[in-house]
Amino acid sequence: MSDDHVYMSLAEGHEDNARWAYGTGFEDPLHGVSTAVPDGVDRAELAELCLALADDALVSAQRLGEWTTRAPELEEEVALANIGLDLLGQARLLYARCGQVDGTGRGEDAYAYFRDADDFRNVTLAELPNGDFAFSMARLLVLASWRLAHFELLAGSADPVLAAIAAKGVKELTYHRQYAAEWVVRLGDGTEESHRRMQAGLDQVVPCLAELSAAHDAGEAVLAVLAQVTEAAGLSLADVPAAAAGAGRRGEHTEHLAPLLAELQSVARAHPEATW
Amino acid sequence: MTQAGPPSADDAPPELQKHFDDTIARDQRIEPRDWMPDGYRRTLIRQVAQHAHSEIIGMQPEGEWITRAPSLRRKAILFAKVQDEAGHGLYLYSAAETLGAERADLTERLIEGRQKYSSIFNYPTLSFADVGVIGWFVDGAAICNQVPLCRSSYGPYARAMVRICKEESFHQRQGYELLMTMMRGTDAQREMVQDAVNRWWWPSLMMFGPPDDSSPNSARSMAWKIKRHSNDELRQRFVDMTVPQAEKLGVTLPDPELRWNEERGRHDFGTPDWDELMRVIKGDGPCNTERIERRRAAHEEGAWVREAATAHAAKQAARAKKGAAA
Repeated sequence: MSDDHVYMSLAEGHEDNARWAYGTGFEDPLHGVSTAVPDGVDRAELAELCLALADDALVSAQRLGEWTTRAPELEEEVALANIGLDLLGQARLLYARCGQVDGTGRGEDAYAYFRDADDFRNVTLAELPNGDFAFSMARLLVLASWRLAHFELLAGSADPVLAAIAAKGVKELTYHRQYAAEWVVRLGDGTEESHRRMQAGLDQVVPCLAELSAAHDAGEAVLAVLAQVTEAAGLSLADVPAAAAGAGRRGEHTEHLAPLLAELQSVARAHPEATW
Repeated sequence: MTQAGPPSADDAPPELQKHFDDTIARDQRIEPRDWMPDGYRRTLIRQVAQHAHSEIIGMQPEGEWITRAPSLRRKAILFAKVQDEAGHGLYLYSAAETLGAERADLTERLIEGRQKYSSIFNYPTLSFADVGVIGWFVDGAAICNQVPLCRSSYGPYARAMVRICKEESFHQRQGYELLMTMMRGTDAQREMVQDAVNRWWWPSLMMFGPPDDSSPNSARSMAWKIKRHSNDELRQRFVDMTVPQAEKLGVTLPDPELRWNEERGRHDFGTPDWDELMRVIKGDGPCNTERIERRRAAHEEGAWVREAATAHAAKQAARAKKGAAA
């Protein structure tokens, strides 16, 4: 290897800039998929669904990004960033689809950076602060299981774009669920302190299942996962609440979303004319 | 390959020393099970650990901007870059472990200030342009330093460097591409870029270490082929490579003495403030305390998680043993 070639080549022309965001192994999940909306698909409903799922993913990715440089071990730095990047990728594809079907033609950044909290449709569980590692793992387990069950259905969606996004997402979410489940078991079984924290994290998450079940009825799948994992972890599962119309999907959020968005949007809004 | 001898002993039989010296002289690699002098092992552990620490502390200045990146594409790029740095830290701690060091112990040394990391990460990131300039200068300087290390005499380190250099060069291009985009944007964006260039130029030149005549460890590391080029030579290369890139970008490097020297065929440039470098290395830079405190907080707040994982693994093993016995 020449000592210099990697550096020297910097100022040469490169025409593949657009691909850099994805690393070298990027495959376009929408390659060859028609973006036309099939007859019989309700555009407004499709847009609303894409937006809600994108907001869930973006807000979750933002919270995972907050773990960066604060994780308990380097392997967890890498894993949490992986999961955050997967969700960010899902959000970008879903926003793009939303812009194609809602009649506005907006791009991904218009949705992420130039809407206020009451325009966001994410479930409130996603926006709660990270808490400790146990709460973050309990939340990840529930959100990943729920989203996975939803995406498995959406992989058969009448909209070919949403179906392709969901099919790609299923592989990612299967890993997210596995990662979270392993940690819930380790922490539940590990030490007295970790057991106490894991039980507290789980108890904080379970009431939020009401909102999730109302947003999409994947309740049985999520409950089956939770039952299996809590048993393996030696944890107890509080009574699961009945589905109750979720506030987040109506744009009613906790006090935690606005500051999250203020941070996320700060640079973009300070320079609205800029290109990045 | 020599026999796997005692870990090391400087009064080792002369044939082991001779084999080691011959291996270095032939430009072949020393591998973990080979005999090596104590000093070589100690020097390598110090260098590899400092490099690993630099990757991990280096996540902080840019990591601050993941939650604020101004487009989703830039957010993904930055998130992935900072993740790569965690990965580099992991490979390097593993390389250090092949020399008999332990990651937990090295982390303690970092937190207690007994081992250093690159002084560059003690400077603050004040705008999003800093993310681009760090990619261009800091990853660029790291590449200048590290590409020769792909031929380091210690096998595991050299192999880790091959992979790391590929990723660093990718990061450098991404940083430069961000700056290109910003320079085509608004006046405010161009000002942000120039301001970041002004702040990062001199600290980047200091990344190559003190001048050769006051670099205490360099000569021996070069004799052992742990290092391949002197600090001053690498600094000169960095300047020569960066000047045309700055012109293409349309920024001014903040050095009135910087000019092409026809006779030498290289650029002349001013002298970095070596007192500043010594102050930053000794712990008195703008962000030294903050960086170490963040690392310490993450390590201490994560202790219960690591303890739980260890306890769970032990319980699992005990259950498996009991199950097998039953």
